Amino acid sequence: MSRLAVVTAGLSEPSSTRLLADLLADATVAQLGPDTVVDVIELRPLAHDLANAFATGFPAGELPAAIEKVASADGLIAVTPVFSASYSGLFKMFFDVLDSGALEGVPVLVAATAGTARHSLVLDHAMRPMFSYLKAVVVPTGVFAASEDWGSGGSVVGELATRIERAAGQLAALVSGRPAGRRTDPFEDVVDFETLLNS
Amino acid sequence: MEFGIFTVGDLTTDPTNGATPTEHERIRNTVAIARKAEEVGLDVFATGQHHNPPFIPSAPTTTLAYIGAQTSRIKLSTSTTLITTTDPVRIAEDYATLQHLVDGRMDLMMGRGNTGPVYPWFGKDIRQGLPLAIEHYALLHRLWREENVDWQGRFRTPLQGFTSVPRPLDGNPPFVWHGSIRSPEIAEQAAYYGDGFFANHIFWPASHTERMIGLYRRRFEHYGHGTAAQAIVGLGGQAFIRRNSQDAVREFRPYFDNAPVYGHGPSLEEFTAQTPLTVGSPQQVIERTLGFREYVGDYQRQLFLMDHAGLPQKTVLEQLDLLGEVVESLRPQFEALRPADVPSDPPAHGSPLSAAPVEAAPAEVRS
Repeated sequence: MSRLAVVTAGLSEPSSTRLLADLLADATVAQLGPDTVVDVIELRPLAHDLANAFATGFPAGELPAAIEKVASADGLIAVTPVFSASYSGLFKMFFDVLDSGALEGVPVLVAATAGTARHSLVLDHAMRPMFSYLKAVVVPTGVFAASEDWGSGGSVVGELATRIERAAGQLAALVSGRPAGRRTDPFEDVVDFETLLNS
Repeated sequence: MEFGIFTVGDLTTDPTNGATPTEHERIRNTVAIARKAEEVGLDVFATGQHHNPPFIPSAPTTTLAYIGAQTSRIKLSTSTTLITTTDPVRIAEDYATLQHLVDGRMDLMMGRGNTGPVYPWFGKDIRQGLPLAIEHYALLHRLWREENVDWQGRFRTPLQGFTSVPRPLDGNPPFVWHGSIRSPEIAEQAAYYGDGFFANHIFWPASHTERMIGLYRRRFEHYGHGTAAQAIVGLGGQAFIRRNSQDAVREFRPYFDNAPVYGHGPSLEEFTAQTPLTVGSPQQVIERTLGFREYVGDYQRQLFLMDHAGLPQKTVLEQLDLLGEVVESLRPQFEALRPADVPSDPPAHGSPLSAAPVEAAPAEVRS
């Protein structure tokens, strides 16, 4: 059984960002099997807690549970709308409050939505470098959906469906190939003091 | 059990009237606060150490010695002594001198400090904060226990046949706490030496403090200093008290909303739910404080932050009167709940615990 976390920074209701996140999650679960646990983390309801975390230095409210879901996941799907030629500020705030190392070695599928295809490089110029910094393993295919990629009624047309399938397949392959139990607990797996003293 | 106050020593504008004390006023006020703490029956006054505005306590032993001369009973301590950027030789000398001047009525708490620019001013690098804390303290520990120290490390010029003077009073090194907000390594360090561990507590949720103290207690027992329940634990706390809780909330809110550390973020109500901050009546502070032991176990020292965020001196002194009442009520309640084999107080100069043999003298650090 794998755990998949889906972080979506869409703001409207309904949200094309959330729609793309769900399509990616469904396509990944189809590859990994029906016992896959999917946790969807909508960032809009966390906006207040995220701002507070910046002011106080610690996560509170609903935020710790959301962070734990992402930090304990075997794979991550991260989807943001494009704001001012990059990921949204809300999207970045969430990844700013993760503990360093929380995503180390974690397979991540990056995806973004925008009104126009002219923003599509946000995947490779903004999202990919951020996840590289976080030492995540970003799958080769990123998924970008502009307005023109959505058919009427939110159905997926043409190339977008193909990219979703390809990206989900790449994520599923990395997730299923990972050893279980990647996390260490700094309070349980304490580094012996003699080691600290002599390091 | 010891109760007291700890001060950051911030020079903050009062958000309700725009008044900012001068450095001179703040330093004199700090002395008055310490004297008031003794007058209302508190056991400990601790000052921070900072080397940048808007803080005033850059020379803590000077201030503590001055307070020591004007008081007779209250124990003087730090919150914290910067073990990273302060030469451990100077800490050994300064605090041993203080120990002699106040006849042992002191201890101190090690901390790293978290402000990047301060480190290079003292020739250090914040990215080495943890190794600095570990190496510097290992040296300090030896300087107070050995004469003619030969030492070589990564961060300080070597010592050859060095004797730190004055020697600790009666051969008893001051008791040391290690303070930390979020580093398990510091809890491990405190446990290794059998020193006290102080959880800041006030800037993070209780669940985090519980894990830090749990780690310290477990490792304290692992290193053979006693049972986990006997480990020496201190906690921070923060309160604003008025007879009537609505008055407390109304009066404290502007200071909370504009506080340098957490202002402009969560509401007062959110923050009091998430952290130990209690704004209310004496009874509310009593009940909240008694609740701390439910997640950290029976502990030995409780310090409150009372004089920050631009609160006027008059208000702070009134707060200390009320805190004195709170503590008077807390003392018997804490002791009634404490098992017989768990010490009430941390080791003090001349107390039996302070004479315990030093088992965990670390090997010389080699780079």
